[in-house]
Amino acid sequence: MGETWNPKDAAEVQAAVQDAVAQGRALELVGAGSRRGFGRPVTADVVLDLSALCGVVSYQPEELVVTLAPGVRLAELQALLATRRQQLAFEPPDLGPLWGLPAGRGTIGGMVMTGKGGPRRLTAGAPRDHCLGVKGVNGFGEAFAAGGRVVKNVTGFDLPKLVAGSFGTLCAVTELTLKVLPAPDDAATLVLLGLDDAAAIRAMSLALGSPAQAASAAHLPAEIAGASVLAGRIGAGVAATLLRLEGVTPSIAARRAHLAGMLEAAAPQILLDRDETQAVWKQVADVAVFAGDPDRPVWLISVPPAAGARVGARLAEELDGRCFYDWGGGGVWLEAPPAADAHAAHIRGVLAQAVGADGHATLIRAPGPVRSTMSPFQPLAPALAALTERVRAQFDPDRLFNPGRMGA
Amino acid sequence: MPLPDAGLIARRAEFVAALRAIVPGEGVISDEAALGAYECDGLTAYRQRPMIVVLPETVDQVSRVLAYCHAHGLKVVPRGAGTSLSGGALPLADGIILGMAKFKAILEVDFDNRCAVVQPGVTNLAVTQAVAHRGFYYAPDPSSQIACSIGGNVAENSGGVHCLKYGMTTNNLLGVELVLIDGTVVRLGGKHLDPAALDLLGVVCGSEGLLGVVTEVTVRILQAPQTQRALLLGFAQVEAAGACVAAVIAAGVIPAGMEMMDRLAIHAAEAFVQVGYPLDVEALLIIELDGAAAEVDHLIAVIETIAAENGAGSVRVSTSEAERQAFWAGRKAAFPAVGRIAADYYCMDGTIPRAALPRVLARMGEMADACGLRIANVFHAGDGNLHPLILYDATLPGELDAAEILGADILKLCVEVGGVLTGEHGVGVEKRDLMEVQFGPADLDQQQRLKCAFDDGGLLNPGKVFPKLCRCAELGRVHVHGGQVRFPELPRF
Repeated sequence: MGETWNPKDAAEVQAAVQDAVAQGRALELVGAGSRRGFGRPVTADVVLDLSALCGVVSYQPEELVVTLAPGVRLAELQALLATRRQQLAFEPPDLGPLWGLPAGRGTIGGMVMTGKGGPRRLTAGAPRDHCLGVKGVNGFGEAFAAGGRVVKNVTGFDLPKLVAGSFGTLCAVTELTLKVLPAPDDAATLVLLGLDDAAAIRAMSLALGSPAQAASAAHLPAEIAGASVLAGRIGAGVAATLLRLEGVTPSIAARRAHLAGMLEAAAPQILLDRDETQAVWKQVADVAVFAGDPDRPVWLISVPPAAGARVGARLAEELDGRCFYDWGGGGVWLEAPPAADAHAAHIRGVLAQAVGADGHATLIRAPGPVRSTMSPFQPLAPALAALTERVRAQFDPDRLFNPGRMGA
Repeated sequence: MPLPDAGLIARRAEFVAALRAIVPGEGVISDEAALGAYECDGLTAYRQRPMIVVLPETVDQVSRVLAYCHAHGLKVVPRGAGTSLSGGALPLADGIILGMAKFKAILEVDFDNRCAVVQPGVTNLAVTQAVAHRGFYYAPDPSSQIACSIGGNVAENSGGVHCLKYGMTTNNLLGVELVLIDGTVVRLGGKHLDPAALDLLGVVCGSEGLLGVVTEVTVRILQAPQTQRALLLGFAQVEAAGACVAAVIAAGVIPAGMEMMDRLAIHAAEAFVQVGYPLDVEALLIIELDGAAAEVDHLIAVIETIAAENGAGSVRVSTSEAERQAFWAGRKAAFPAVGRIAADYYCMDGTIPRAALPRVLARMGEMADACGLRIANVFHAGDGNLHPLILYDATLPGELDAAEILGADILKLCVEVGGVLTGEHGVGVEKRDLMEVQFGPADLDQQQRLKCAFDDGGLLNPGKVFPKLCRCAELGRVHVHGGQVRFPELPRF
């Protein structure tokens, strides 16, 4: 590994980027480095470590906003928000253990840059939906700000949404303003037992199309449910379809009764209490059942929810892998045996057959050499790829930031 | 606006003929009288007759029209229903209006995937009407929803009274088909979640017609809540109403809507629709709860307690749908009601941190007094989006100018207290020259660079959003040269 630069504040970040621009040196932008396993490995001249930018600038619970530096640990922010019974509604996953790292290390910057929401993504959006403002330094060496510090704002182009999920390929972020929301008073999960994948997705569709307002919906086929915290509750060999209800206690009771009645004929049911709910959804969010063998590739395949089983069940069988479904069927998590291309060609072929261009398969975990030789992100149609590249070039014309990490 | 190019205007007949070859029949309007219908949008103070109006019916026509304009340096102003309150669809004397009104089809309603695929000319309300038979609706509800189009909603990232809980357009948008200025057609998103690459959908939404022309929209639909009830709370002081709003949020409640009106707006609305608003208060809050009946009942009790703790002088809770509608009737009629007590009014749209509300209201009152005008305030209190209505009389010399100056001063005040120029109406031409109040030169440069990636000739809606036109070649220059290290003292190891 080459040099590492450790700027302490936004001015030093700008100075560092200006030096990199002047010297034509490529930068790998990192916070805690906990998400390096995601995307193509970066070959850069210098590591720009932003973890020293780690202060909370302001937290205004009544305004529903927090402004902070990108190096703040997610765990630290969550603890701060919990003191005011608030949360990040998109339920950021902690995928560290999936990549073979300790839990709880990731930063806010990495969370926003990788753009992933957890199970509540289905109803509450992704980091992009909660990213209100950004300050950063672009590849021209200029410090710029975009967005604002209020929850409702349409002034100018919505660059914060573009920066969220850009894997550090547009700018070095020095400050973020995020929308925060009240944490629910209570939570429960209705579990439907023993459904096959296709029936489970139909049941989730029914539930999500009802007034019950489930916050998230996931299906764990028997093999996955048996490896989860639910095993003790439901026994081995039983699939579990999870419908999570959140809110005030009387509301949960009413909506649970509604759902239970509606799905009575579909499957036997059990109810998980608040603690059990928290435990099982944490496992779903963190893809915990796939942690443990870093050589086995893990994919997240995003499809129209009703198409989930056609993609997931088929691929799990053809590849001798395992899968489960989040986002009502629209987020298929697939783990498969090691392969030179992590099965990219096979998976994207099946995806194209099932949904055409209406979806994408993203490699979330694989050994570095595998990720170096294939595209972890779904290749784009040529016109969109060209537009995307033009956009990137308007932030970072010399491709100094995380070169190669994102894109085909 | 940019000075019209006489050379282009002189070639009008040539352009008309070429465009007619792409869009036959009545789809190309060049008749002076007919062009007059397009000379303004919802911001009627600004008017300009366009050179030509083109009303394509197919994506292929849109693509060929744009490719033609691109090849011939012809400027294009996209237009939906023309309800913009910021002049987003204000025409150019040397450009065409590309009207999307004929794209009126609802292409697909997909209940299994909880989405609808519609053409951009479909009205906001028509989306809800197309899915209502199964109990669904489309959540963003700008007050112009009966007329405004989904394509316009995407361009403006429209909000509405329920966006605190349900989000703006951008949070309910799954995908678009977009035609670029050179005629290229790209698809962003679809029925699936999250992009495979950079989130271009996120910047196209709210880009005010500067990046491309949307020809198809996929939106998320939701199951309508089982119950909706509202509280009507009167306060003797604005500060107390503001404190009540903060306390509701702090208690962990995100109401479906939380609206505030000040004394002048309350009196104007009550005189107009007679719904029983209290007239002896300085501020009125309408707080709406929705969801399961048990949830709504529970939260109403919570809010009644908070209202009492914050000194609400009058508290009414709707006990019927008719009563809930009555609570809203005054708020929804606030703009026309103000129109009855003044010859003209000018609607502003800044967002502020809610904590700054008493200070901002007081300052606005002083500023209005100083120039002899009155302001009525309606306010999306939950998300801090302020709609001051400046009352004036355009027939009196100088009053329109005074109103515009006061409006600009109010928006500067919004920025000064930590807010922004516009919460939902867009920058358009109206707030264009104030952008430098909120953004520094580097901030605007970066936004304009994005524009250059989509439209480096600056042909799409020039003169909107940015106080200076893009100079893409200049912006592309790297500003650091010569290999010198600027900050050698920075530790690097």
